[in-house]
Amino acid sequence: MKTESRLEKVLSAGHFAVTAECGPPRGADVSSVEKKGRTLLGCVDAVNVTDNQTAIVRMSSVAACSILKGLGHEPILQMVTRDRNRIALQSDLFGAFALGVCNVLCLTGDHQCFGNQKEAVGVFDLDSIQLVKTVRDMREQGTMIGGTEIQVAPKMFIGAAANPFADPPEWRVVRLAKKVQAGADFIQTQSIFNLDRFEQFMTRARDLGLTEKVSILAGVTPLKSVGMARYMATKVAGMDVPEETINRMAAAPKDKQADEGIRIAVETIQKVREIKGVAGVHLMAIEWEEKVPEILKAAGIPQRAHV
Amino acid sequence: MIVAEIKEIAEIRQMIDRYSSILVVGCDSCVAECAAGGNRETMLLAAALKLSYRKDNKDPVITESCLDRQCVDDFIERIAHLVPEHEAILSLGCGAGVQALARVYSDKPIIPALDTLFIGETEMRGVWQENCLGCGKCKLGYFGAVCPVTRCSKKLMNGPCGGSKGGRCEVREDIPCGWDMIMRRLESLGELDRLEEYVPPVDWSTSHSGGPRRVVREDQKP
Repeated sequence: MKTESRLEKVLSAGHFAVTAECGPPRGADVSSVEKKGRTLLGCVDAVNVTDNQTAIVRMSSVAACSILKGLGHEPILQMVTRDRNRIALQSDLFGAFALGVCNVLCLTGDHQCFGNQKEAVGVFDLDSIQLVKTVRDMREQGTMIGGTEIQVAPKMFIGAAANPFADPPEWRVVRLAKKVQAGADFIQTQSIFNLDRFEQFMTRARDLGLTEKVSILAGVTPLKSVGMARYMATKVAGMDVPEETINRMAAAPKDKQADEGIRIAVETIQKVREIKGVAGVHLMAIEWEEKVPEILKAAGIPQRAHV
Repeated sequence: MIVAEIKEIAEIRQMIDRYSSILVVGCDSCVAECAAGGNRETMLLAAALKLSYRKDNKDPVITESCLDRQCVDDFIERIAHLVPEHEAILSLGCGAGVQALARVYSDKPIIPALDTLFIGETEMRGVWQENCLGCGKCKLGYFGAVCPVTRCSKKLMNGPCGGSKGGRCEVREDIPCGWDMIMRRLESLGELDRLEEYVPPVDWSTSHSGGPRRVVREDQKP
C-alpha cells in the first residue's frame, strides 16, 4: 500500500468502490455537515468534500473533512487551484494530512465567473495535473515544489477528475494519460448521462492500457426535476445531458420527477458497473445526499464491507 | 501593441472638473491603432469636453495636442511649451504614457482618459484581441504560437480543462478555448506530440508576480 487510505485498500482488493460527494455549507454550520455525513455512514467507502464548488464561498474543505473524519468517515479532500497559490495548496496538504486526511482529489476548479465572487482574482498558479504531481512528489520523494525536504511528508492517495464529455473528445483520454503519468491513483469522472460517450471514453482508456494503471470511478448525479436537467444541460460547464434524458424527466408528472431522476441514476449505476475497467461509482447528489443510501440499495450495491 | 478604450465623459469630468485649464494630450502610436487615443480621438475628446462644459455653462480652457509617442522622453518634451499655461493634463496615452508624463511634468496632475486593457493585435478592423500577458518567459514555441497563459482563462499549462465545449471557453460563449486553438494549430503543424509531455509549474517570478519589472541595458545608455 502506498498510503493508509481506506479507498486504496478497497480498490486494490478489487472491490467495487463507492464514493459520494458532500458539499460543505455556506457558513460555519457544523451540524449540517454532520447531518449529511451521518446519512452516508456505512454506505460509502469514502466521502468527497467539495472545495468551494462552482466558485461559491463555503466552509473550507479541510475543515469539513476533519468534521467528517470525526464521524468515522474516510474523507477525500477536493482541492482546486483556482483560489490558492502553491504556497497555500502545499500548506493545506500538510494540514489536512496532519488532521488524518489521506485522500485528495486534485482539480483546477470552475472559473470564478460562475460563483458569487465574480470580481475575485483567479489564482491558477498550478493546474490540476501539476497539483497531482506535487502530491505525488510529496509522497514518493518527500519533497515540496522546488525540492525542499518535508518533515513528515503527507502520504496521500491521489485522485484526479476526467470529463469524458468535454471537447475535443479525442484529447480527453490523452489528458487522462497525462494525469496518470503525473501520479493519479484514482479518477472520478464528470456526471454521466450520456452512456454511449462514456463507453467510447472507456474503450479508448482501455486501449491505452490506462484502466490497468488507474482506478476509474464513474460519476453519477441523480436529477431532482426536469428543470435541473435543463439547467445542467445548458448552464453547467462540461455537462452532457442528452435530449432523451430531459424528455424522460419531462414526461414524468411533476411530483414524480424526483423518483424518475433516482431511477435514471440507479440504471446508470447498473450500466456503468458492467463496463470493463470501471472500478467504482462516485455519487454526486447535489444537496440531496440523503438519497444516496436509497439509490445504492436500489442499484444492488451492498453495504460497505470492512477492509 | 497596447490596446485601450476611452472612458465615459462623465467619469473623465469627475476627475477634471476641479481644473480651469486642461491640456488634452493624445498618443499617436498603439492607442491610435486601436482608435482610442490617437490624433483623431484627441480632437474628438477635446470637442466633446467643450460641448459638455458648455451645456453646464462652464468654460474651462481646453487645448489639444498629440504626441507621436507618450512613453518616450524625447517625444514628451515636445509639449513642454504648452504645459506651464495649463493646470492639468488629460492623457489619452496608455497607463505607461500617463505615468511617463507624470514623471516628466512632476508638478502637474496627469489624468487618464483611457482604460488600458491589454497587449494585443488588430485581428480585423474594429476587433482587437488580447494575446500576450508579458509573463517574461515566452513559451509560444511549445504551443504552436498560441499563448496558454493569455488565451486560456485559467492559464492552464496542461489543458484543456473540462469546461471546453465545441471550441468555446466555459467563461463565455464568445471566448474561443485557447487550448482548442493550441491543439488545432499543433495538429495542422504535425506537432501534437508536444502536448503529451507534462509541463511543470510556471516560474511566475519573471512576471509581475516578481514585482514591477525594469530592463536596464548599459550598452543602450547614452
